[in-house]
Amino acid sequence: MKIDFVLNGRDVSIDTVPLRSLVDVLREDQNLTGVKKGCGEGECGACSVLVNGKLINSCIFPAGAAHGTEIVTIEGFRETNRYRVIEDAFAEAGSVQCGFCTPGMVLAAEALLREEPRPDDAAIREAISGNLCRCTGYNMIVDGIKIAVKKGKGIW
Amino acid sequence: MIKKISEPVNRPDAAAKTGGYACYIDDMYFEGALFAATLRSERPRAVIEDIEMPDLPDGYYIVDKDDVPGMNRVKMLVDDQPFFAEDTVNYIGEPILLVAGPDRAKIETILSMIRVRYADLEPVLSIEETASAGKDPIYSTDNCFAYYEIKKGDIEKAFDNAKEILMYEYRTGLQEQLYLEPQGVVGVYENGQVTVYGSMQCPYYIKAALVQGLGWDEGRIRVVQAATGGAFGGKEEYPSIIAGHAAFAAVKTGKPVRLIFNRREDISSTTKRHPSIIKIRTALDGSNRIIALEADIRLDGGAYAGLSPVVLQRAMFAASGAYSIPNVMVSGRVLATNNVPSGAMRGFGAPQSFFAVEMHMQNIARKLGMDPLDIKMDHILKRGDSTVTGGELRHDVKLPEMISFAEEMSGYRGKQKAFRGNTGDVLRGIGLSVFYHGCAFTGSGEKDKIKANARLKKNEDGKVQILVSNVEMGQGALTTLKKIVSRVLEIPFGDVIYENPDTSKVPDSGPTVASRTVMIVGFLLEKAARDLKDRWDEASELEITRVYEEPEYIKWDPEKFEGDAYPVYSWGVNVIEVEVDPATFVTRVTGIWGVYDIGAAIDEKVIKGQIEGGITQGLGYAALEVMNTEKGKILQGSLTDYIIPNSVEFPEMGIRLVDNPYEYGPFGAKGAGELPFVGAAPAFASAVQNAIGIRVSRLPVTPEYILEISESEN
Repeated sequence: MKIDFVLNGRDVSIDTVPLRSLVDVLREDQNLTGVKKGCGEGECGACSVLVNGKLINSCIFPAGAAHGTEIVTIEGFRETNRYRVIEDAFAEAGSVQCGFCTPGMVLAAEALLREEPRPDDAAIREAISGNLCRCTGYNMIVDGIKIAVKKGKGIW
Repeated sequence: MIKKISEPVNRPDAAAKTGGYACYIDDMYFEGALFAATLRSERPRAVIEDIEMPDLPDGYYIVDKDDVPGMNRVKMLVDDQPFFAEDTVNYIGEPILLVAGPDRAKIETILSMIRVRYADLEPVLSIEETASAGKDPIYSTDNCFAYYEIKKGDIEKAFDNAKEILMYEYRTGLQEQLYLEPQGVVGVYENGQVTVYGSMQCPYYIKAALVQGLGWDEGRIRVVQAATGGAFGGKEEYPSIIAGHAAFAAVKTGKPVRLIFNRREDISSTTKRHPSIIKIRTALDGSNRIIALEADIRLDGGAYAGLSPVVLQRAMFAASGAYSIPNVMVSGRVLATNNVPSGAMRGFGAPQSFFAVEMHMQNIARKLGMDPLDIKMDHILKRGDSTVTGGELRHDVKLPEMISFAEEMSGYRGKQKAFRGNTGDVLRGIGLSVFYHGCAFTGSGEKDKIKANARLKKNEDGKVQILVSNVEMGQGALTTLKKIVSRVLEIPFGDVIYENPDTSKVPDSGPTVASRTVMIVGFLLEKAARDLKDRWDEASELEITRVYEEPEYIKWDPEKFEGDAYPVYSWGVNVIEVEVDPATFVTRVTGIWGVYDIGAAIDEKVIKGQIEGGITQGLGYAALEVMNTEKGKILQGSLTDYIIPNSVEFPEMGIRLVDNPYEYGPFGAKGAGELPFVGAAPAFASAVQNAIGIRVSRLPVTPEYILEISESEN
């Protein structure tokens, strides 16, 4: 099946099995290895990407459903000012340890902040609750997002 | 320039990881690589009578026991585990063969067409079953990978003189490390040399395993660590097996071979924390002093010995907890079962023992109608006391000060009393644990087994390279080791270079385990940096290597287990507050506090990350992470069934460090990685016990378990 979508701001047209998982398309065909594969069944969030601005687990998202959508992966998002704010905030707060969940966490933060630029603690925790981290215990990621909220005032 | 060493810096690896630039093993490209997947045993114990293979399409390969050029045994403490099963299989998930080829879907099809004919043997499926008569032992004649005893004082006499004797049994379950990045390696064979790239903690363990499996000269074998997405012990010994697989496949096919696990495969076939059954019997005298403690520890080692004997040792050395008890007898065994082999995981045997002994202290207090903290304070270890192995605690033990900080932060005493016997819509409870972690290898391991070499190299441009085999796996080794070297040399942090270890470039400074990287290897680097500083102007390029020297005070008899089991100890006090719903028995953690003595922090932010992450993983072990087996099969074999904490599970934490510099650690630092894990489960279980007023003696403490003990109490 021919699938057309916008990937990180660029038109992409692929021919693949519609039920193939999006994460494989992104990692294998598009060489976007910042999208991590942690579980393959929609539980860990390491493969998070934005589809039309919404956070989804690309491992359980069929490639066919990507047709006509706009998809942003960490490789696209890292070119933005918002990303730079989150990157600095994560470094300052110690939000990053092994790093395998981090690209997904960043996109979860972006998905939250574009909807709610001034979230409270509970909203932050809720927003990243589908992204598992085994290293930090989460508080230092929540702190990172809080710093991003403060330093990124006006850009979300 | 850093002012005070502990002042936090931003991790140098953060930006690459945040932006998705960091290259984990599955992100690395290898020209012309084949994929590989593993055919695994479906039976817990069976003889393989026959394997029926389909016709292989061109370009596809089978790699099995006959493709192991050297010895088909993974190098560990005991050579009992084959890379690929020979005539028998001993657990569900044991590797039998690999299928390698260019297309993953085709590999799956081929795997599904292979027919293995098994002749089942009667399996041994639990610690209890190892004792049942009539079953053929899996290992040796007694199904026991290791049996040890340690004795201190005169236990019989003490029990004869006891006023009160208390005996309880405690049990803990399996725990999966659940690093976010699944296991993976890539084997490459070129010019007569094998290189294995992968996610790992111990490049030189893998190298030794490849030397044995390939039967080659070590000059032909190279191991390179890729960015590693968490490990927690799970990438200590296990990667040696799959590194062998990938290497054998690369040699056979002449192409790079990618062997990357999916999550289900990872959960259901890699090592986990040992389940335990621990019986503790204590003797009290007339003034409520514990005069004797007897512990019987049994661990489920699974099908192969792995690191189990050393895990058992660490469990045994923690059997009497942070308490001074004059007469102690500990017997321990690790038993062979037809379960997935148990292995290294953060804490390495100590969490099981600390859970048992802390709950036992709780139960003594319960019997005597005292606050558990009072009975703990009455027995707490102090400087000069002797450990369970008769070693002397030569360094300051700051537990009283730490306990009072914990009490101040949490309001423990008042709450403990107020919550006792509480009723209503919400039952509240609070628990406090006291614990330690012996830093670095057990016994004389550092001196006799590891003999670490650490090297610094000054380049022409004045930058200094750290050459060690210890890896960055998330824990912050990169940041910490660089800080030590830049601080001593008084050069900018950015002028110290650390790259992922490659055994063709770095000396063997030992594995990244046992909370040893900073204390042992960091100390060698500190010394090397001092040497380099003295000799800085000698030449434009300089190399300094430092070799581990055991502190002269350490005395250890590895046969009798007498003396200093560890060079030094890190200490901790953890307080957890909970609410229990009396109708559903659902628990909710409402408060977390911890006070730690890790000598000194090299970087406060890295340490905070270790502490908060360790507590969270420990609370997962305590409350959430259920893993059961049925007929040798793991029932929670995916992330859908095996639940780890997420961001809404636990509240913020109150953490405090006390300074207690160690003269043989860099800038006074001791071990820190495992310690925070150890105290969480006993503090949580004690809090639940405080809330419900019923003895909690099993981990994890799930609502189902609380229902079970509530019903048996009624």
